[in-house]
Amino acid sequence: MNETEIHGMVAEVKEGKLSRRGFMQRLAAFGVAAPTAWHILDFHGVAQAQSLTAYKPTKAGGGGPLKILLWQAPTLLNPHFAIGTKDQEGSRVFYEPLAGWDNEGNLVPFLAAEIPSRENGSVSADGLSVTWKLKPNVKWHDGKPFTADDCLFTAAYAADAATAATTIGTYKDIKVEKIDDLTIKITFPKPTPFWADAFVGAAGMILPKHVFEPFKGAASRDAPANLKPVGTSAYKFIDFKPGDILRGERNPDYHIPNQPFFDTVEVKGGGDAVSAARAVIQTGEFDYAWNMQVEDEILLRMERGGRGKAIPVSSGNIEFIMLNTTDPWTEVDGERSSVKTKHPTLTDPAVRKAINLLIDRDSVQKFIYGRGGKATANFVNAPPRYVSPNMKYEFSIDKANKILDDAGWVRGADGIRAKDGKKLKFVYQTSINAPRQKNQAIVKQAAQRAGIDIELKSVTASVFFSSDVANPDTYSKFYCDIQMYTTTMLQPDPERFMLQLVSWEIANKENKWQGRNISRYSSKEADEAFQEAQNSLDPARRTALFIKMNDIFCGENILVPVLARTRMAASSNNLVVQPSGWDLDLWMLNAWFRP
Amino acid sequence: MGTYLVRRLLIALPSLLGISVVLFTVLALAPGDPFEEMATNPNIPPEVRLALRAKFGIDDPVYIRYIRWLTAMLQGDWGFSFASRVNVDTLILQRLPATIFVIGSSQILALAIALPVGIYAATRPYSIFDQIANTFAFIGFSLPTFFTGLLFILVFSIWLDWLPFVFRTDIDATGWRWYWEQIRQAIMPVMVLGLFQAASYTRYVRSAVLDVIRLDFVTTARAKGLGEKTVVVRHVVRNALIPVVTLVALQMPTVFGGAIVTEQIFRIPGIGSLLISAILANDTPVIMAVTFVFACLVVTFNLIADVLYGWLDPRIAFR
Repeated sequence: MNETEIHGMVAEVKEGKLSRRGFMQRLAAFGVAAPTAWHILDFHGVAQAQSLTAYKPTKAGGGGPLKILLWQAPTLLNPHFAIGTKDQEGSRVFYEPLAGWDNEGNLVPFLAAEIPSRENGSVSADGLSVTWKLKPNVKWHDGKPFTADDCLFTAAYAADAATAATTIGTYKDIKVEKIDDLTIKITFPKPTPFWADAFVGAAGMILPKHVFEPFKGAASRDAPANLKPVGTSAYKFIDFKPGDILRGERNPDYHIPNQPFFDTVEVKGGGDAVSAARAVIQTGEFDYAWNMQVEDEILLRMERGGRGKAIPVSSGNIEFIMLNTTDPWTEVDGERSSVKTKHPTLTDPAVRKAINLLIDRDSVQKFIYGRGGKATANFVNAPPRYVSPNMKYEFSIDKANKILDDAGWVRGADGIRAKDGKKLKFVYQTSINAPRQKNQAIVKQAAQRAGIDIELKSVTASVFFSSDVANPDTYSKFYCDIQMYTTTMLQPDPERFMLQLVSWEIANKENKWQGRNISRYSSKEADEAFQEAQNSLDPARRTALFIKMNDIFCGENILVPVLARTRMAASSNNLVVQPSGWDLDLWMLNAWFRP
Repeated sequence: MGTYLVRRLLIALPSLLGISVVLFTVLALAPGDPFEEMATNPNIPPEVRLALRAKFGIDDPVYIRYIRWLTAMLQGDWGFSFASRVNVDTLILQRLPATIFVIGSSQILALAIALPVGIYAATRPYSIFDQIANTFAFIGFSLPTFFTGLLFILVFSIWLDWLPFVFRTDIDATGWRWYWEQIRQAIMPVMVLGLFQAASYTRYVRSAVLDVIRLDFVTTARAKGLGEKTVVVRHVVRNALIPVVTLVALQMPTVFGGAIVTEQIFRIPGIGSLLISAILANDTPVIMAVTFVFACLVVTFNLIADVLYGWLDPRIAFR
C-alpha cells in the first residue's frame, strides 16, 4: 500500500463513500494498525470516533477492594521522577494526564474536555500548535479546582533542568500558554506531526501547582508530595510504603460519573514474576499482576483450572541482535569500537546476511517466548502502520553456507571459515536472563553448522544496562562483535525510537557513550529520512520515511530483529481490565470493574 | 569486669569503622547504577541521568563520598534512598516490625521445639525417639529454606488452599479477625524458618545435655535419691544451657537483620527484602545502612555474649 492509495481512501472517507470502520478494516488488511489509521484520518480532518469503554456499573463504589500485585514495587509517586514504569504505574493511581492511549491507539480524554483535532481547529494546519480545552469542574483531591495554571506549571516544572525530571524530553522545547482558565495552547518550535506527547499518557500526568510550587528546580526531590500524591484521579491517597505497599480509596468527587467501581485499591510489591503469576492465576489471592516475565509454558500450566488468566498486550518493544561493524578489539584514541575502525569480518555484507539466516526466530518464539513475543524481521513493529512490508526473515543453514561459500569464506581444518587469514570467530554478548541465554545457545549451534564460531558471553543486567563509563561491559560501549537486548517504544509514534538509527546519536567516548545509536552504523539516507520525517506533516509520507529507515538498517543486517515483544499481564477471571499497549497498565484504572 | 568491658568496647569501635570502610569501598567499586533503567528508555534524555548522578554525588571520588557518609552517620543522618528519596532510617523503621514479628516468632518456635526434644533425646540416647529426632533434625537443616518455602506454598496455598502466601501489612480487619489473619499469614514463613532453626538447635541442645549428663555431680545427685525429673531439670539442663544461651544470643542479629530468602519468597516487607530490592536497584545508601546496622548488631551481640559467658561461668576469667 503506498501513499497515493491511502490518500485515495482518505478522500473516500471524507466524501462518505467509505466508513471510518471500513477504512480501518481495509488498512488493517494491509497490516496498518488502528492507531495509525486513526492518525491518518485525524490528519486529514476526519472526525474521531468515540472510543468506547465497556464500563457497566451504574453507580460508583460498592466493588470492595481491588488488589494489584506489581512485583517490582513503586518507590516514589511523582510521575516526573519515575525511574522505570513501576513508578509511573504507582503515580497513575493518583494522577491523570489530559488524555491517554487506548489499545487501538485512539486518544481517550481524561482531564481534557475533548481531543484536539484538525477538524475542530485546535490542531493548527501548519503543525506548529495545538490547543487543548480542559474539563471544567475537576477538583484535586484536596478540593482545589484544576485549571490551566496546573498544566502550565507541570510543563515548566518538568522542563526545568534543575528539577531533573525524567520527562524533560517531552517539555523542554515546547511553549505552553494559557488562553483562559480552561484552555491551553502548546506551541512547537517546528512543525510537529506528533503533537500528542506533552500532557498525554505516561509522561503527561499533571501535577497540582498549589502543592508543588515551592519545590520546583533544585528542591524538587524534597517535596513531601513526591510520596503523598494529591491528584485528580478516581482514587485518593491513603498510605504508601516505598517498595512495599500503596493504598488508595475511592474519590467520591471523581469527575467521571459512576466511577470508580472499587472502594479501595491496593498495590502490593515485592517477590518475583512467577509467584506473582501464581497469586493471581492459581490461587486468586490478588486480582491483577503486571509484567509477567515468565516462560509461557509455566503460565499455560497455571491457567489450567486456575482462577485467572494471562493477558497478552501488544507493544512496540523489540528483542534484537546487533552486529558490530566497527572493530571492538582494537583501541583507537582511547576507545574500542570506534567509528574510525572497521570490523575485520563483520563489515562484509555476506557475513552479516549469513548470520541473519542462522537465527531460528520461529523456534525462539515457539519454545522460549510463546505468547510473550512474535518473530519478526522488522525493527519497528508497532503501531502496524509503521511496519515495513518489505522485510522477510528466513532460517536456512544451507543458504547461509552458500552465501559464505560464494563470498570466498573457506572452511579450515577446524571447521571454521576464514578468508585472508581472518577467521569467522565472534563474541556474542547479552544480559543474564534465562530466555536470552537459551536464544544465545540456539544461535551458536546454528552458526557452528555454517562454519562460524561463536563464543557466548553473558553480563549481569545491572552492569550491562548501566551508564558506568568505567565499565567495558555495558551495552552502550558494545565492546563485542554481536550483542542482543530489548529496546522499548513507549509512544505510538516512532520518532523518538528512531533516534537509535541516526548518525549524530552514535555512542562514543565524546558523549560518554550516552548516545542512542549503539550500533554506530550510520547512513546518510537514514539521517535525511529522519530529518524529513521530523518535519513532515503528512502521516503517509512520514510513515514511508520511517519505513525507509527501518529497511536500511534491517536490510543491511546491522540490526537483526528477533521478536516483537508483547506485554503480559495476569488478571483474575472475574475482573474487567482495560489493557493498552500504548499507555500504562493502570491507565484506565477508573474503569476497571467486576461484572 | 569494668576494664574487661572497656577493653572489649575499644576493640569493637575500630572494627566497626573497618567494616564500614570495607563495605563502602566494595559498594563503590561494584558495577551498576541506580538509574540504569533510564538507559534503554529512548524517552528519557541521557542528560537527566547525568544530572541525577551529579545531584546525588555519585560521580565524586570514593574517599570523599565515604567521609561525607561517615560525618553524616556520626550526626545520626543515615542518608536517603536514591530510588525513593525517603530517609533510610524511616525505611528501616517501616520494615522492622514485620521482621521482628516473623523472625522473632520463628526463633521462639525453634526453641519451643528444640529444648524439649533435645533434652528428651539426650536423656535416652540411641532410643527410638532419639533416632527419629536425629533423622528429622538432619533432614531439617539440610533442606534450604527456599526449597521448604516453595514446598509449603505448593501444598498449603495451591493444593489445599488453606493459607495465603503473600504477606500483607495492611490487613483489612479489626479485633480478633485481625489477629487471626495476622497469624494465618505468618504460619508458613514462621514454620519454614522455625523448623530450620529448630533442627540445628535440637542437635546442639542434645549434645550439650549429653556432655553434662555423665558428669560426676549428676551421678551424685542421683545417688542422693533425687527423682529423675528433678535431676534433669535442676542439675543437668541448667548447666547444659550455658552454651545454648550463648548460641541464641549470637542468633539475635538475624532476628533484626531478617531472613533474606524467606522474606523474598513470602513477600514479607522486612529488612531482608529491603536489602534485596536495594541491591537490585543499586540503591547504595540503603544497602550501606542495612549492612552496617547488621554489622553493628553482630558486634554488639558478640560483646553481650562475651560478657554473658563471664557472668554465667566465672571460670572464664576476665583476663
